[in-house]
Amino acid sequence: MEALILSVRLAACVSVILLLIGMPMAYWLAYWNWRGKFLLEAIVALPLVLPPTVLGFYVLIALGPHGPIGKISEAVFHRGLAFTFGGLVCASVLYSFPFTVQPLIASFEAIDRRLLDASALLGASRLRTFGSVILPLSIPGIITAVVLSFAHTLGEFGVVLMVGGNLPGITRTASIDIYDRVQSMEYAEANRMALVLLIISFVVLSAVYGINRRIGRRLWATWATR
Amino acid sequence: MGNEIIPPVLNARLRKARSGATQSFVLDLSLEIPPGITIVFGPSGAGKSTLLDCLAGLLKPESGRIEIGGEVLLDVERRIDVPPAKRKIAYVFQSLALFPHMTVEQNVAYGLAEIPAPERALRVKEMLEAFHVEQLAKRKADELSGGEQQRVALARSLATSPRLLLLDEPLTALDEGLKKSIMEDLRRWNAAQNIPILYVTHSRAEVDALGESVIVMDQGKIISTGTPHEVLDTPRRSSLAQAAGFENLFSGVVTEIREGDGVMRVRLVSGACEIETPLGHAATGTAVRLAIRAGDILLATERPYGLSARNVIPGRVASLELRGTMFIAQVATNADGAVVFAVHLTLGAKHALELEVSRPVWLVLKTHSCHVLQD
Repeated sequence: MEALILSVRLAACVSVILLLIGMPMAYWLAYWNWRGKFLLEAIVALPLVLPPTVLGFYVLIALGPHGPIGKISEAVFHRGLAFTFGGLVCASVLYSFPFTVQPLIASFEAIDRRLLDASALLGASRLRTFGSVILPLSIPGIITAVVLSFAHTLGEFGVVLMVGGNLPGITRTASIDIYDRVQSMEYAEANRMALVLLIISFVVLSAVYGINRRIGRRLWATWATR
Repeated sequence: MGNEIIPPVLNARLRKARSGATQSFVLDLSLEIPPGITIVFGPSGAGKSTLLDCLAGLLKPESGRIEIGGEVLLDVERRIDVPPAKRKIAYVFQSLALFPHMTVEQNVAYGLAEIPAPERALRVKEMLEAFHVEQLAKRKADELSGGEQQRVALARSLATSPRLLLLDEPLTALDEGLKKSIMEDLRRWNAAQNIPILYVTHSRAEVDALGESVIVMDQGKIISTGTPHEVLDTPRRSSLAQAAGFENLFSGVVTEIREGDGVMRVRLVSGACEIETPLGHAATGTAVRLAIRAGDILLATERPYGLSARNVIPGRVASLELRGTMFIAQVATNADGAVVFAVHLTLGAKHALELEVSRPVWLVLKTHSCHVLQD
């Protein structure tokens, strides 16, 4: 139970942080064009193809007492980030980054550019255009982004194991707990936890698809009549 | 308020290269637009929308200058470039771009964020009334009919008291009656505001219906300006003739010039048929293009005599097609079937002449209905 709560807490923290970082990032990638943009796009998509151990390894090094982030953390908080909840959050944010940014980019790009032009010509600043036009028209994309990053963080294993280790109540998440139980032949407990994760994932994903279908259809109807 | 004395005339000089998959051109023009409606006419791809986008600040020209009523909005040399949000230019796109998630009221109020709420509500009400959509105030923008959307789009862009209005084929999809009533509302509104309005269209019918001064564009350049009659009824270029609705375009060679009579004769390349035209800037032997309106050609079922028309050409009806309330006859000349004239006929004329396919006829063309074009 403790492991599950930890997992949910981690996933919630990561989704919120990712939404805050991902929104300006996606805006930038969707609406700005510059020569080196493809490099940034590749970096954003990197966690999709990288083995979690590779990502976890480099994050561990970076967070460690000799790594750049670890040093900053030591200087500010007088403690390192490796094998802590904070370290887990850092690693998970990197690992789930594409799951937030990609749906956001897709939904920003789907908005008719002329709506943004119209907003500007009516005197609106970029910020107001974002808040009054882009955001409300991207709600399905935002929901998808949040839920996908939540579910993805909930289910991650390799990165957590590399960066967080297996400290009960601190870094032992549900997926690690299942691995542990299987290692010690506690199949009944492993099954219980696995089933809970399965159900949560399914419920969350069907919610996304359900909401998207309803909102999506209405928005499509809007564009189609134009 | 000393600045109100300066008439809000738009002065612009622009140069912008566009290259696309289908065609490339360089927008290169200068214009002076007084208050009132000015039509920008030209075939699609002539650069009309590029011109509007440059004026609005959505596209950056390589060089140029834009000034309205003495205020400089763009001067590339002096690095002045007022952003679109600060230009106070209203622009109604072809797609209208109403915010689909907002009500009509919220759409119209969008450009009025900076004025206090009570005043804003009043202004919105005023604009909705001016364009006869006050009963739609609470409706969502995406639930409106085409004509209603056009009215809301006009109300929204004019609510901000712009100093220039750009219209990019906003009414093309509407039927004539609706178009007319919307234009009346726009004219009434502008009688008080007196700002320059640029109305872009590629439809000849729309130019005739609006009847304002017109600027003709092609390949990014202004090729003619004046009243619709002056500009479009005597075309000088074949691309313009096509756009202006000249159904008959022929290639020919000048065979004879009779300076004293003010006419010349042109032999059509594809047939043995010769046509008398007004004098053009062409020497004997040069290739020219002829443009003739299908509505300017008479048909006779017997060889006509005692006519002032100088061109009487025998032919045979190749096809007859009913379109709306008129017939379009394709008439092939006897000399060579390769020359086919399109002729417009009323239903009555078709019946009176008992026209049928393959019936022999005579085409009658006035000299001045045959326009000689330069390419």
